[in-house]
Amino acid sequence: MTLKQVQEGIVNSQVWKSIFRVGIPNTNRKRVLAVLGSLILHLHPVKVRRSGVRMSYTWCMGGTSFFLFLVETVTGLLLMFYYRPTIEYAFTDIMDLREQAPFGIMREMHRWGAHAMVIAVWLHMFRVFMTGSYKPPREFNWNVGVILLVLTLLLSFTGYLLPWDQLAIWAITVGSNMARASPGAGTEGPMSSLMKLGDVPLIHAGDDARFALIAGRSIGAATLLRFYVLHCMVIPLAAGFLMAIHFWRVRKDGGISGPL
Amino acid sequence: MTFLKNFINVLSVASISFILLSSVFAMLVYFCLLDGRVKTKGGTGFLVFGAILVVAGLFVRPLLYLAVAYFLVLWALAKIGPRLWEPKVGKWLLIAGLGGFALSMFDPNFYLIAAKPDNVPIVAMIFLLAIFTWIALRKAYLNDHAILAGGIPYEKTESDEKLFTWPDLVYTEMLCMILLTIVMVVWSVGLRAPLEEAANPTSSPNPAKAPWYFLGLQEMLVYFDPWLAGVVLPTLIIVGLMAIPYIDTNPKGNGYYAFRERKWEIGVFLYGFLVLWSFLIITGTFLRGPNWNFFGPYEYWDPNKLEPLVNVDLSELVWVKLMAMPLPKLWVIREAPGILIVLLYFALAPALAARPFRRFYLKMGGPRYYVGAFLFLFMLALPIKMVLRWLFNLKYLVHIQEIFFNI
Ligand code: HEM
Ligand code: HEM
Repeated sequence: MTLKQVQEGIVNSQVWKSIFRVGIPNTNRKRVLAVLGSLILHLHPVKVRRSGVRMSYTWCMGGTSFFLFLVETVTGLLLMFYYRPTIEYAFTDIMDLREQAPFGIMREMHRWGAHAMVIAVWLHMFRVFMTGSYKPPREFNWNVGVILLVLTLLLSFTGYLLPWDQLAIWAITVGSNMARASPGAGTEGPMSSLMKLGDVPLIHAGDDARFALIAGRSIGAATLLRFYVLHCMVIPLAAGFLMAIHFWRVRKDGGISGPL
Repeated sequence: MTFLKNFINVLSVASISFILLSSVFAMLVYFCLLDGRVKTKGGTGFLVFGAILVVAGLFVRPLLYLAVAYFLVLWALAKIGPRLWEPKVGKWLLIAGLGGFALSMFDPNFYLIAAKPDNVPIVAMIFLLAIFTWIALRKAYLNDHAILAGGIPYEKTESDEKLFTWPDLVYTEMLCMILLTIVMVVWSVGLRAPLEEAANPTSSPNPAKAPWYFLGLQEMLVYFDPWLAGVVLPTLIIVGLMAIPYIDTNPKGNGYYAFRERKWEIGVFLYGFLVLWSFLIITGTFLRGPNWNFFGPYEYWDPNKLEPLVNVDLSELVWVKLMAMPLPKLWVIREAPGILIVLLYFALAPALAARPFRRFYLKMGGPRYYVGAFLFLFMLALPIKMVLRWLFNLKYLVHIQEIFFNI
């Protein structure tokens, strides 16, 4: 049996055909059907501009951001099996993961993936700007992108606290201290001291913007839980939803931009 | 070698490297993108600026270093000019950068900071930024010249042709994903994620740093109070980014790399993205040590380094130093000079600029022009405050401690 025969045997088997209905896409008709018939591939149109396919045009950075988001989701889910978001366990769970799990690189992959995703999203934005792709009709998609950028940063920020080591709590302390200075909404923000009812200040350490962010007067158990839920549920879902809109709009705005 | 290291250490003081970077940026545009060698008329401005630096350098030592570096870069860019966009030149510059970095890793102080696990991605980011900026500007330069010669941008020669998603696009994506997977696995096996001691709310590390992507904002805390650096400016960055498509009405340069057709937009964006955002992150990560003091790349992070705190407010400069009076009691009067300056800056400057920049005003219309000018003035506020700090040790323009309103 030659290799060719093996290949044909597999491709013509019932199992294969039940999954990939069109077989090897070696004619134009089959190429069209391959893309249309697959949920994942039909994110793409059947045909694309030659200029848009070039790696030197998009730098692949949008796709890279998306791929890294998927990496983060998979590794993040695996971490969730090991990790309990309480002050007693958070740090020791990570410690265990580090010492006990053989070949454990999920935590590494999750952390480096997070850093890489932030950089990839920046570079993607940079590319979109340099090709002028935010201009009509893509203004709205640029805005969806900006929100995705903010969500990416928030994901990284909330995740940073979870290992509950010195690096984590002090980075989040420095970051969240800024909220104290929100004009009119933080205890040390401009104008906040003017907001009072008679002698009772309306804005104090127990109800200001920082309190809302970290669920307490200082970083503690409530902060950890809050950041965990935000990090593993709320923000990934929101980001996933916006990505769906983002990709949909890329198609509806006429595909990858090109000279008019 | 030691001399070189000292040179670089002195040069990396925040505002000095900031000025250097901004002027390199301007020179890059002028000599390498607009072919400065062809029409050297405007080039004299660069020489005048350099001369000012030299004169100032006679009084302030670090400025002399700056002047030397400035002229070296000026000379190099004027010499290379548009050849910077030739692949050969780009390749050698990259090799020089990587080589310089590799050599620097032999320095123990440099190594300590650059090899910290969380800093490794930022080192990579510096090179990625340089490479992608070069790629984008090279393509823009080539397209500019094609258009100048009456032709069409390169993308246009291909954009009417359509390829099948399968195989042309999916193969590229496949390749990209395989490469990324390899990179991620190698990186994760090779570099352990950091884990310090368990959280201890009573012992704060020195320096205590925010996550790396927010270090640009933390760096701004040196010049502005948290309500500006941590709340207002980040909000304006997001709002400003979102406003870009609505402020920029130039229909040209949509869907291809170009520079000449949109030099102001690209100039402002690159200034914000590379100089304000990325450079400040790099400063905050690599050059800020204990007590948020400044350290050159080859300097030891000495926790006992003392920086004299001699900063003064504008009110003190005006009332005490200039008019030799005690500070007025009432803050409205005390802070009047600063409030006036800030108001003039935001209200009068755009109106005054509307005349020389009439072209913009007419093209954009009133509302767009004023929103754009307002955002741009905020982008300029940081370098202005940096230079004021550095020339006059100015702390606050407006200092109303009574209601935490300090600018
Ligand atoms: C785009 C997406 C994401 C980013 C940027 C991100 C970022 C981070 C970061 C920076 C950490 C700290 C890692 C460390 O110090 O080891 C972290 C931890 C964690 N993340 Fe994510 N994450 C993302 C998505 C997710 C998702 C989707 C999940 C789960 C569904 C998840 C679950 C976790 C868990 C359980 C931890 C704690 C374990 C640990 O710290 O190693 N992450 N994340
Ligand atoms: C998590 C973040 C993001 C993901 C996963 C993502 C993904 C993508 C992908 C896959 C594309 C297709 C073209 C390409 O790869 O370049 C795209 C296009 C686009 N993205 Fe994003 N993006 C993200 C963030 C952003 C940001 C931050 C911006 C801008 C501020 C943005 C603005 C756009 C625009 C305007 C297009 C259309 C470009 C064109 O037609 O040439 N996106 N995005």
